[in-house]
Amino acid sequence: MEFPRIPLGQWIEGGLGYLTSEYSLITRGISRVTQTGISGLNDGLMWLPEWALMAIIALISWKLAGTRLAIGSAIGLAFIWNLGLWDPMIESLTLVVIATLVAVTIAIPVGIAAALSERLYRMLMPVLDFMQTMPAFVYLIPAIPFFGIGSVSAIFATVIFSMPPAIRFTTLGIRQVPIELIEAADAFGSTRRQKLLKVQLPLSLPTVMAGINQTIMLALSMVVIAAMIGADGLGNEVWRAIQRLRPGDGFEAGIAVVILAMILDRLTQALRKQRN
Amino acid sequence: MTDDTQPVKIKVRSLSKVFGSNPKKGLELRDQGLKRPEIFEKTGLTLGLSDINFDVHEGELLVIMGLSGSGKSTLIRCLNRLIEPTEGEIVIDDEDIPKLNDKELLECRRRHFSMVFQNFALFPHRTVQQNAEYGLEIRGVDKAERSEKARNSLKQVGLDGWENAYPNQLSGGMQQRVGLARALANDSSVLLMDEAFSALDPLIRKDMQQELLELQHRMKKTTVFITHDLDEALNIGDRIILLKDGEIVQIGTPEQILTQPADEYVERFIEGVDMSRILTARNAMRPVRATAREDDGPRTALRKMSENGLDSIYVTSRDRKLLGLVEADAADQASKEGKQDLTSVWHQDFACVGPDEPLHNLFAMFSDKGFPIAVVDEERRLLGVVVKGAVLAELAESGEN
Repeated sequence: MEFPRIPLGQWIEGGLGYLTSEYSLITRGISRVTQTGISGLNDGLMWLPEWALMAIIALISWKLAGTRLAIGSAIGLAFIWNLGLWDPMIESLTLVVIATLVAVTIAIPVGIAAALSERLYRMLMPVLDFMQTMPAFVYLIPAIPFFGIGSVSAIFATVIFSMPPAIRFTTLGIRQVPIELIEAADAFGSTRRQKLLKVQLPLSLPTVMAGINQTIMLALSMVVIAAMIGADGLGNEVWRAIQRLRPGDGFEAGIAVVILAMILDRLTQALRKQRN
Repeated sequence: MTDDTQPVKIKVRSLSKVFGSNPKKGLELRDQGLKRPEIFEKTGLTLGLSDINFDVHEGELLVIMGLSGSGKSTLIRCLNRLIEPTEGEIVIDDEDIPKLNDKELLECRRRHFSMVFQNFALFPHRTVQQNAEYGLEIRGVDKAERSEKARNSLKQVGLDGWENAYPNQLSGGMQQRVGLARALANDSSVLLMDEAFSALDPLIRKDMQQELLELQHRMKKTTVFITHDLDEALNIGDRIILLKDGEIVQIGTPEQILTQPADEYVERFIEGVDMSRILTARNAMRPVRATAREDDGPRTALRKMSENGLDSIYVTSRDRKLLGLVEADAADQASKEGKQDLTSVWHQDFACVGPDEPLHNLFAMFSDKGFPIAVVDEERRLLGVVVKGAVLAELAESGEN
């Protein structure tokens, strides 16, 4: 007797189909709001002259990390400009910023809840493993029926893919607050809320920042992949280079991604060290 | 100072704690006469505390002393329910702490208990001042008042000027002063000190003990102090509770513990008691912190006393011969009367021994007023002084070696 094949794929498609048709109102709402956010930020950044944005980023770098990063990011951005990749870079930056904002807004409360509740923690960890190990491309497929081709789907997939580290690090940060400090807070009669706001959260901030840094990095990598479903930006340049077999163009766009990643990484790390 | 006459502040009755799931089972076995290791073997439950009964009197410094695993940390944490007791009563001002609901417990902790921790447990992201304010802050005391109170208590522990430093900029001793200030600022009725000085190096620890005694003397704060160090217990305790395997072995004053040990266990601790016949005043002697000179006026004597936190001072001649003892009250009086010298103020009403006097003779010599005993050589030159705590501490120390 042969054991029938489990129709896992069909079930998933059925489930997704149901969600798409039943909640289309919600998905369309989300889509519209997100699209507005993307356009707004993108237009704002595009409206700024290139040199002005460069100056702003250099200034922030100088404030947070010093002269070296300021010079480095100015040179890096100037190089991207020179390659003619300024507009796609801005588009990618927009997607990263919005995806990170959404991911962090969801991740921090969830991370806190998981740190405080052992049950939630146990339920959540396998879900996070799933979210992180599932090949990133797979998220692109259901994103399309939900949100259509384009940037909103890209954001959706990016948020799912990049959120786990922020959750994990938030949970870790709160859990590793030394037990003596928790005892001290309790012994003086702190409420749970006071303990969280005055002791646990401030002490876990460096770790949370490390998580946000990871999220930004993952978001950037995903935003590039999301070019496959029509997201604009540097990924799109790479994608086009692949289709036309033009390694030169591909590497130029790739290097622009690396530069952007390095600037974002150094900036958030500097922010974290400053908090320490 | 045994304050049996003082009213009872905390009453602890048949307090027990079993760690593990189904703790009642552990108590049942205990009631059948099983001991801690047997209960653990049978059920995997740990009998942390078993049938603990004692009182804490208003204004006393009660030391709970035991080795690691004796249950002392559990006991102090049961008092403010950082650990939930399994059964028993802990009554403070008519409130039975184990019966309080969450909200009442919070209120009770805020009003009654401040705690000082072994590893200081200061909040690293807060300044010294903000640390000291913590207890008041969570009670919603307004900014001006809590800042004032915190500043005061920092002053009490000698940390004025450090308000804006962060804990990691301070030495261990200073960090624990912050811990103490944080507890004092709260103005709660009971101070819980959990091995508060154990993480400090020996010299600093001695200093802190001395300071705690002075603070305690000034403020009459009811204090429960946990330690594993007999020396420390004897040095600072008004009364000592000896704990072993989660049970009380003996409760008594330092003298009672030393002279009438309840059983072999206590005896083993204080085997050094016989050493008192070999040890002499020289061993327990401490250098004199300050003396007044014969030609000092009352004002100078007073200033020397206040600078050194003394309430009496020995007067010596130019060649360091001991002339007498001046008490702060008398010097104050003389100063008000406009007297210019101390001759009429000092008196001889104190014990005075040679350096070879056996220590056990010294017990009887301490006066009610608590003057230190003066140690002098054959020519009556002042060599040092012996305070009561030091005798006990010396005995304890030599017993350990």
